[in-house]
Amino acid sequence: MEIILQTLVDGLVVGAFYSLIALGYTMVYGIIKLLNFAHGDLYMLGAFIGFSLLSWLTGDGASAAGLLGIGVVFLLSMLLVGLVGMGVERLAYRPLLTAPRLSILITAIGVSLFLEYGTMIIWSPNVFVYPVQLPQTGWQVMGATITYTQVGLIAVSCLLMYALNLFIHRTIYGKAMRAIALDQTACQLMGIDVHRVIALTFFIGGSLAAGAGVMAGAYYGTINFLMGFIIGLKAFTAAVLGGIGSIPGAMLGGFVLGMFETVGTFWIGGSWKDVVAFSLLILILVLKPTGIMGEKVTERM
Amino acid sequence: MKQQARRLLQILLLLVAIVLPFGVNNYWLDVATLVLFYVVLCQGLNVVVGFAGLLDLGYAAFFAVGAYTTGILMTVYDWSFWLTLPVAVLLAAVSGVIIGAPTLRLRSDYLAIVTLGFGEIIRILAINLDITGSASGIYGIPRPSLGGYTLSAQHDFYYLILLFAVLAIIAVSRLGRSRIGRAWMYIREDEDAAEAMGINRIRMKLLAYSIGAVIGSLAGCVFAVKMSAIAPLSFSFMQSIMILLAVVLGGLGSIPGVVLGAALVIVLPELLRSAEDWRYLIFGVALVVMMIYRPQGIWPAKYEALAEHQSPAKLAGRDGSHDENVPHSRELS
Repeated sequence: MEIILQTLVDGLVVGAFYSLIALGYTMVYGIIKLLNFAHGDLYMLGAFIGFSLLSWLTGDGASAAGLLGIGVVFLLSMLLVGLVGMGVERLAYRPLLTAPRLSILITAIGVSLFLEYGTMIIWSPNVFVYPVQLPQTGWQVMGATITYTQVGLIAVSCLLMYALNLFIHRTIYGKAMRAIALDQTACQLMGIDVHRVIALTFFIGGSLAAGAGVMAGAYYGTINFLMGFIIGLKAFTAAVLGGIGSIPGAMLGGFVLGMFETVGTFWIGGSWKDVVAFSLLILILVLKPTGIMGEKVTERM
Repeated sequence: MKQQARRLLQILLLLVAIVLPFGVNNYWLDVATLVLFYVVLCQGLNVVVGFAGLLDLGYAAFFAVGAYTTGILMTVYDWSFWLTLPVAVLLAAVSGVIIGAPTLRLRSDYLAIVTLGFGEIIRILAINLDITGSASGIYGIPRPSLGGYTLSAQHDFYYLILLFAVLAIIAVSRLGRSRIGRAWMYIREDEDAAEAMGINRIRMKLLAYSIGAVIGSLAGCVFAVKMSAIAPLSFSFMQSIMILLAVVLGGLGSIPGVVLGAALVIVLPELLRSAEDWRYLIFGVALVVMMIYRPQGIWPAKYEALAEHQSPAKLAGRDGSHDENVPHSRELS
C-alpha cells in the first residue's frame, strides 16, 4: 500500500514537470504545426538562469534564500526565458512560417544546438549544484513519505496550468490563439495580428518550460547544459500521449507519463525508464495516434 | 558532351580518393575515413528521406544494428567478418520492416517521432543488455582478413570503406533512376496521386525503409572492425541528426549533394577545432541561416530530376551550375 502511494506521489511530481513542458510543445504545435525541438532547451535555460539568479541572491549559497526570494527568482526566470522563446520565434521560425516542414524541423535542431552550446559557453560544461535546500520533511501517510516540497511543486504546477487555462478561455488573446489553431489564413483576413499571437504563444510556452526547469533544478539538485534534450523528448511524448494540440491533453499526458515511468522504474529498474516512455509513445502512435484527448486530424501527407 | 564531362569528373574524383592516403598525414586520413562512413550512411538515409520523403530521426539505430551484429558475431562466435555482412543485412532489413510496417501509415511528423523513439530504444537496449557489453560496449573485435592478408593499417580500412561508399553511390543513383525510384518520388510528391496510379505505397515505403536500413547497417559492420571497439555512445540521437543534417545540407535526393554534405558535416567541425567550444554553436547558427536563405541545400537535385523529363533541346541552353533558377519543386510536406 505504501509503495503504491509513494509511487503515485513521485509520479505526480515528475508528471507535473512533464506537463508544464508538454504545454509549450502542444501550444506551438497546435498553432503553427511545428515540433519545436528547442523547447526542451528552454527548460534547461530556465534552470540555469534560475541557478544564477539564486546564486547571486544568496551570495554563492552562503545564505539561504527565503521563500519570497525563491518566488521572485522563479518569476524572473520565467520572464527571461519567455523573452528568449519570443526571440527564437522572431529570428529563426518566423521567416520559415510557410517553408516546407523539414526546413523548420532542421531549424529547430539548429536552435537547439545554439541554446545548448551557448549555455555551455556562458556557464561552462560543468554540473552545477542548485543553491537551495528544499525541506525533506513531510507527512507520513500510510507509511509513504510525502514531503512539503513535493506538494508545493505539484501545487505550483497546477496553479500555472489553471492560470493558462483561464488565459486561453477568458481573454481575447486566448480566443485569438484558439482561432489561429483552427485556421490561420481566415484569422489573418479577420484582422488578427497572427505574428503577435504566435510570439505570445512562444512566450508562454517558454516561460512554463522555464518554471519547470527552476523547479526541477531545485528538486533534483543538479543541472547541466544537456539536461534539456531527453526531457524535451519525454515532454513531447506526453503531449502526443494526451493528443497533440490539446491543452488539457498535455496536462493529462504529462501526469500519465510520469506515473507510467515511475511504476515502470519500480518494476523493471531505473535503467529501463526511457524505454518505458518511448515504447509507450510508439504504442500510442500506432494504436491511437490521436492520443487520449486529441481529435481526429485529417491526413496531411 | 555533358554526360561525358560528368563521367570524367567522377573518374577524376575517384582517382583523387584512391591516391589520397599517400598525400595526407594520419590525422587527415582518419577524417577522410570518417567522411566516407558518412557518405555511406547519408546515401542510405537519402533513399529514405530524399527519395521517398519519409523523415527518419533514428537512422543511427541501423548503423548500430550493423555494428553490433558484426561485433557480437566476431567476438562471441568467432565468425569471419565477411560472413557477418549478410546477417547484418538481413537483421537490418527485418528491423526496418518491423518498425516500418505499423508506422508508415502515420503522418509525416509522427513518423519522425516514432523513428526517434525507435533509435533511442535501440541505444538504451545496447546500454542495458549483457550481450552488447552494456555501457562499455564491445571491444577486441578482430581484424578482418582477405585471403591471407589481414586488414589492419589505417589505409586498409580507408580503402574498405571507400569500396562500400562507391558501391552505395552506384546503387543509390541507379535506384533513384529506376522504376522503383520514380515510384518513391511520386509518393513523396503526392501520395494519393501515386496510389491512384497503381503504386502500392505501403510496400514502396517499406522497401525504401529497408534499403536505407541495409545500407546503414553495412556502414556499421565496417565501423565495428575499423574501430575494433564499439560503444552505445556512437549511436546517439546526435549521430542520427548529424547524418540527416548532411543529407539536408547537401540537398535532399541529390547524390553529389549528399556526398558534399557528408564531407562538410565532418570536415567543418574539424576545421573549427581551434574554436573548440564555439563550433557547435556556430554549427547551429549556420543551420538556421541555411534553412532561411537556401533551404534546398547546397547542391539540389531538382536539375537532375527535371533533366529526365525534358527534351535535350530544352536543356541545351542551360548551364548545370545555375540550379537555383529552377523553381523549387521537391518539398516535404
